[in-house]
Amino acid sequence: MLKLDSKVPEGNIAEKWTNHKFNMKLVNPANKRKYDIIIVGTGLAGASAAATLGELGYKVKAFTYHDSARRAHSIAAQGGINAAKNYQNDADSVFRLFYDTVKGGDFRSREANVYRLAEVSNNIIDQCVAQGVPFAREYGGTLANRSFGGAQVSRTFYARGETGQQLLLGAYSSMNRQVKLGNVEIFPRQEFLDLVLVDGRAQGIITRNLTTGELESHSAQAVILATGGYSNVFFLSTNAMNSNATAAWRAHKKGATFANPCYTQIHPTCLPVHGEGQSKLVLMSESLRNDGRIWVPKKAGDNRKPNEIPEDERDYYLERKYPAFGNLVPRDVASRNAKYVCDEGRGVGGGRAVYLDFADAFKRIGKDGVKDKYGNLFDIYANITGEDPYEVPMRIYPAPHYTMGGLWVDYNLMSNVPGLFVLGEANFSDHGANRLGASALMQGLSDGYFVIPYTIGNYLTTEKPEKVDPNGPEFKKAENNVNDMVKKLLSLNGKQTVDEIHKRLGHILIDKVGMSRSEEGLKEAIKQIRELREEFWTDVKLVGKAEELNQTLERAGRVADFLELGELMALDALNRNESCGGHFREEYQTPEGEALRRDDEYTYVAAWEFKKAGEWELHKEELNFENVKLATRSYK
Amino acid sequence: MSSDNINLTLNVWRQKSPESKGNFEEFKVTVSPHASVLELLDELNNGLEKEGKDPIAFESDCREGICGTCGLVINGHPHGPLPKTATCQLHMRNFKNGETLYIEPMRAKPFPIIKDLIVDRSGFDKIQQSGAFVSFNTGSAPDANAIPISKDSADASLDAAECIGCGACVAACKNSSAMLFVGAKVSQFALLPQGQPERYDRVQEMVTVMDDLGFGNCTNTYACEAECPKGISVANIARLNREYIVAKFKSNKDVD
Repeated sequence: MLKLDSKVPEGNIAEKWTNHKFNMKLVNPANKRKYDIIIVGTGLAGASAAATLGELGYKVKAFTYHDSARRAHSIAAQGGINAAKNYQNDADSVFRLFYDTVKGGDFRSREANVYRLAEVSNNIIDQCVAQGVPFAREYGGTLANRSFGGAQVSRTFYARGETGQQLLLGAYSSMNRQVKLGNVEIFPRQEFLDLVLVDGRAQGIITRNLTTGELESHSAQAVILATGGYSNVFFLSTNAMNSNATAAWRAHKKGATFANPCYTQIHPTCLPVHGEGQSKLVLMSESLRNDGRIWVPKKAGDNRKPNEIPEDERDYYLERKYPAFGNLVPRDVASRNAKYVCDEGRGVGGGRAVYLDFADAFKRIGKDGVKDKYGNLFDIYANITGEDPYEVPMRIYPAPHYTMGGLWVDYNLMSNVPGLFVLGEANFSDHGANRLGASALMQGLSDGYFVIPYTIGNYLTTEKPEKVDPNGPEFKKAENNVNDMVKKLLSLNGKQTVDEIHKRLGHILIDKVGMSRSEEGLKEAIKQIRELREEFWTDVKLVGKAEELNQTLERAGRVADFLELGELMALDALNRNESCGGHFREEYQTPEGEALRRDDEYTYVAAWEFKKAGEWELHKEELNFENVKLATRSYK
Repeated sequence: MSSDNINLTLNVWRQKSPESKGNFEEFKVTVSPHASVLELLDELNNGLEKEGKDPIAFESDCREGICGTCGLVINGHPHGPLPKTATCQLHMRNFKNGETLYIEPMRAKPFPIIKDLIVDRSGFDKIQQSGAFVSFNTGSAPDANAIPISKDSADASLDAAECIGCGACVAACKNSSAMLFVGAKVSQFALLPQGQPERYDRVQEMVTVMDDLGFGNCTNTYACEAECPKGISVANIARLNREYIVAKFKSNKDVD
């Protein structure tokens, strides 16, 4: 019987990590080279872990499906990274960053993990600067900061709109140094397709060489997954084209519980969909909401051009419903309301979009003033849409952006499968039901640079996993299973392409398991996803062979996993009879239409154990809030 | 939106494997002006898959112009004719109805073709692994504000660090030179105090590996800068040359 133990250390929250580091067993420096560690994924979490474990002397094998480790999607993060440096002398502190993050997560994260995240945030900035990351600076030579949502202090460090790129290239360069020193070996163009357990412990992986199509077995004494989030389950999201859930999902099917899959973040200010051929969505910084006013026509089906709609026939719905915060309500509230007005047939530009109008700002600070503040964003908008946002209002619509849910991990970032560690967006641990801006980069680097190097040593010395033969029976069996699945996929000769089925899955999920969810809709979604899964396994059409570069086959495997994950997201959303953070259940709202949390019954992590396709068992990890008082968010 | 769709003739490079002989295959397509070049290929591939034909192999990932994965050569230009724009950000409205497009992989000896439009750019990783880092173990860093760095230096360093490693500079150069790429990386560190201790070894190590991999020399045509989707300046090549010469005088270690 599976039992989840968070392994949170005893004691005062501010001393837990320090005490834990002292109490953990160490690996003697000379013995570290005897341990092989596999890391899957080379984004912020994976690359920083590879670099640091290599520095310590472990033998690291790092896998990525990209052609180069530098391409991971961390590279696209724009805004910045939080740290409690208090360089601005504005009363920031570790405790305040901890508090803001717990509150921002709508009281559904594990306090001790969040505190540790805040605690090591400062070390991250020091480390990145030492690596030569060119952060923005003031004229006096000190580091610059800016503000982000959900905080009243200025604690975000940045490098123009390319913070993720610079941080990733920093971690990549440190990892490269270990490649040169012989401690890290990078395996590009290799996709993880299964986890291998030996005596119940994670001891290896099966990968597919994406160039030749050959399956390979790799063994190690511990396996780390740093494989990102699952927003691409929606087909259209701000994630990169290749971002997928396969590594996490196949580990889940090998026994790792999946926690809070229904916690997804849908970002309100993205460019709208231009047509069925659209491949992904592009984010526009939410800072635009500082000066832009969001509106739709009052009348459904009003097809007039925006400038032909008089002022009294426009509905500035956020300003009307939330007079105190207006257009600056949090991400989830803004997204949900955009969906509602479009559901009413009041979407603009012929479909699902709302106007973000700068006419008032032009009057107040002039077009040049707006250009100074948002010029690059206006250029991006013009390039992509072909419309001039200085002349016509922007059209925006929400898009799936980040997933707070993920594989369950304990305080040591180990899943319930011994020897399987999960870092970054792939785990569930730090953001609760909603992530604050500039916290994703912080978590990825915290996990990789400052947490896993300590906790993995404790596992290795306590559990003493042996080296195993990558040709052993467990590996052969796993390889055969993967091979069977590949063969089965390639044998399908139906009528629909992989993308067509993926798009249909996306439509079901965004409609019923997206910004707003209801019991009825979720039950329908589960039924529809099951039917679609059947259809996939009978009517999809693949081309090409297994033993060659075959991108259709790569996508087919990922979509097969999404078709199972999508059902679990709906099931988890159905189980959670409350609204919190990115999870909004229509049945649970205040009379004013706000999210209604139900702390008495749902202050727990929902961790799902895979039984068989379409069947899971729920395990609960109760959450205790000893340092932050549970409170209701209000934006009226 | 369908009313303003445009019709194009595509000539796409098809090549089954590194060894096989490639050729252009012609396709007639109708596409929305709002689609990107890569979305055009997505749609084309969807149709090919439906007919049971081998789709065109091409790579892309972020589709926001930052990951550097995509990089097709369109009508002779790496990333197409629009300046400072990656392939994924190039929309069909930039082409005229009835136009013919030639879509090819990046061609350079150090970037062998793997299949169709996919090339092997692992040489860039090898160059960086030879020295594009600061040797600084995690945990030993002083406070981030302990060393003030002038805004100008930090900005100039970031200008160089913005390189997305796509390889367009190499594909644009008649000598297949990687000096814009290497110059940008060398500059990022040379402009910062953190990069000083290894400054002269770094440039020698990186240039040696660059030469060993068969990348050519710079003959000042500036095609690299013109085609770079991030607008990385050729001033970085000048700095690379300067750093290299100074290294030969100042370094205690002679790398060759």
